[in-house]
Amino acid sequence: MKPIRDGYGEGLVKLGKVNKNVVVLDAGVSDSTRTEWFKKEFPERFFNMGISEADMVCAAAGMSTCGKVAFATSFAGFLLGRTMDQIFVSVAYSKTNVKLAGSHAGVSVGEDGPTAQSINDIAMMRAMPNMVVVVPADAKEAEKAVFALAEHKGPAYIRLARSDSEEFFGDNYEFKIGKATVMKKGKNAVIIAIGVMVKEAMAAAEILEADGLDVGVVNMSTIKPLDREAIIKAAETGVVITAEDHNIIGGLGSAVAEVLAEEKLDVAFKRIGAQDRFAESGPAKELFEKYGLNGKHIAAAVKAVAKK
Amino acid sequence: MEKLGASELKEKGKEFRRTILKTIANAGSGHPGGSLSEIDILTVLYFRQMKYDAKRPDWPERDRFILSKGHGCPGLYVVLAEAGYFPKEELTKLRKIGSMLQGHPNNSTPGIEITTGSLGQGLSVANGIALAGRLDKKDYKVYLILGDGELQEGSVWEAAMTAGFKKLSNIIAIVDNNKLAQDNYVKDLKDIEPIDKKFEAFGWETQRINGHDYEEIIDALENAAKAKEKPQLIIADTVKGKGVSFMENQKGWHGKAPNAEQLKQALEELK
Repeated sequence: MKPIRDGYGEGLVKLGKVNKNVVVLDAGVSDSTRTEWFKKEFPERFFNMGISEADMVCAAAGMSTCGKVAFATSFAGFLLGRTMDQIFVSVAYSKTNVKLAGSHAGVSVGEDGPTAQSINDIAMMRAMPNMVVVVPADAKEAEKAVFALAEHKGPAYIRLARSDSEEFFGDNYEFKIGKATVMKKGKNAVIIAIGVMVKEAMAAAEILEADGLDVGVVNMSTIKPLDREAIIKAAETGVVITAEDHNIIGGLGSAVAEVLAEEKLDVAFKRIGAQDRFAESGPAKELFEKYGLNGKHIAAAVKAVAKK
Repeated sequence: MEKLGASELKEKGKEFRRTILKTIANAGSGHPGGSLSEIDILTVLYFRQMKYDAKRPDWPERDRFILSKGHGCPGLYVVLAEAGYFPKEELTKLRKIGSMLQGHPNNSTPGIEITTGSLGQGLSVANGIALAGRLDKKDYKVYLILGDGELQEGSVWEAAMTAGFKKLSNIIAIVDNNKLAQDNYVKDLKDIEPIDKKFEAFGWETQRINGHDYEEIIDALENAAKAKEKPQLIIADTVKGKGVSFMENQKGWHGKAPNAEQLKQALEELK
């Protein structure tokens, strides 16, 4: 078990060693986001901009015009919610080489409550032209994604989570922007999941297996550009469920639904996620139970739609 | 590049005023008031003060310029065309479909460092460029023009605090203090004075000049460029619509093109 944000922190340190153009910015939460690990190794290339997210995002854009690969980091909710206009103009439209990293995303943040539980960040970034959107499922994938995003010239958003996560991937794992990973094959249904929900989807598949259902799991770690082929393939089972620690409006569920509709794929379909409402303070595990986000709920959703 | 003196620059500035008005009239829309208030500053920056190579817009040693009040871009486009960043005939395509000259500046246009048009972002971008320059041990300067109304944006003050705290003495910001925003006088909308005391409290050095007096603009920029410790602010008192009697300090000329008759009269006045 390891938090996904730790993979980001480790990835930055490794990247910093091989790419001298990498700079990292933070908005006063570098201990939580793990950018302080980069600061320790490369103090001259680390910029703590203070609690000024808008200033940080535009400064990152400015640095990128001087050849820097700028990782601007904060809690997802503040990083994006505060700076939508800055991202729209100075990052997305300007096509600056800025990588926005939002940690502490989703209801899984837990005790800090809804002001810190970013549940609309993916929706905001999906609607931003030129923006790549990545949601790693574990620490290793986050580390690999950091390298892939540095290779990609242009704006990107990487969504990170605070809580401990299962470790799925090893050093040999190859992360490719726009490529989904089949975590488990299945004939009766496929759960397409992102981030911390991949482990919940795996748990659901296990529950369903005991009920005699062979259910697959796909890790859709890039939301944009979306791996349409992986969705078309999943639809062959006739049952597609999406699982995200994010509002069901505008995130993974919406993105998958768009493909299903455009490709005229006739499937039973259900979106698991925040049901267009705010959660509350509490331990992540209990919140997932109360707000319908855990493996048990996903399993129930699969059964409910698979029957019809 | 040969450095022009005050009287030659003044002549150039007058010609730029004419071209700005013709360009906006041809486009059928645009922002004449703020272009006319800032143009004397731009003229000194591009034809005396700044170090650049129009044939190599990405030359790493260049001084940078950001028009944070992006709506004043007709003024900037006219200057960039004269400096050789792109052919002057591009000016006839301003705001038209397929043109490289957008209604607000976009960084795909040669000479435009960063997109602007939403107020309050330029100074933060300048901070990033200044910090990168410090990291790379470059001696370039970062010039930018802020609108006075723009100072009402809170993000300007985040950026001002950063520049002051980090002692970014390679930043030279000029406030085009024309005292008139889109729908009202700045002092009635939300007064931003005393600008000097506010910035000084944030760790800046300030100067106050007449933004249409070429000798004063030249002196202030040369003085600011010598700074070693603090970011530099020049408050340039200007007149919105400067040079055209019916536009000067008049509401209604923020974002409107002159019609044929008005253009004729304006050009007559600017002979």
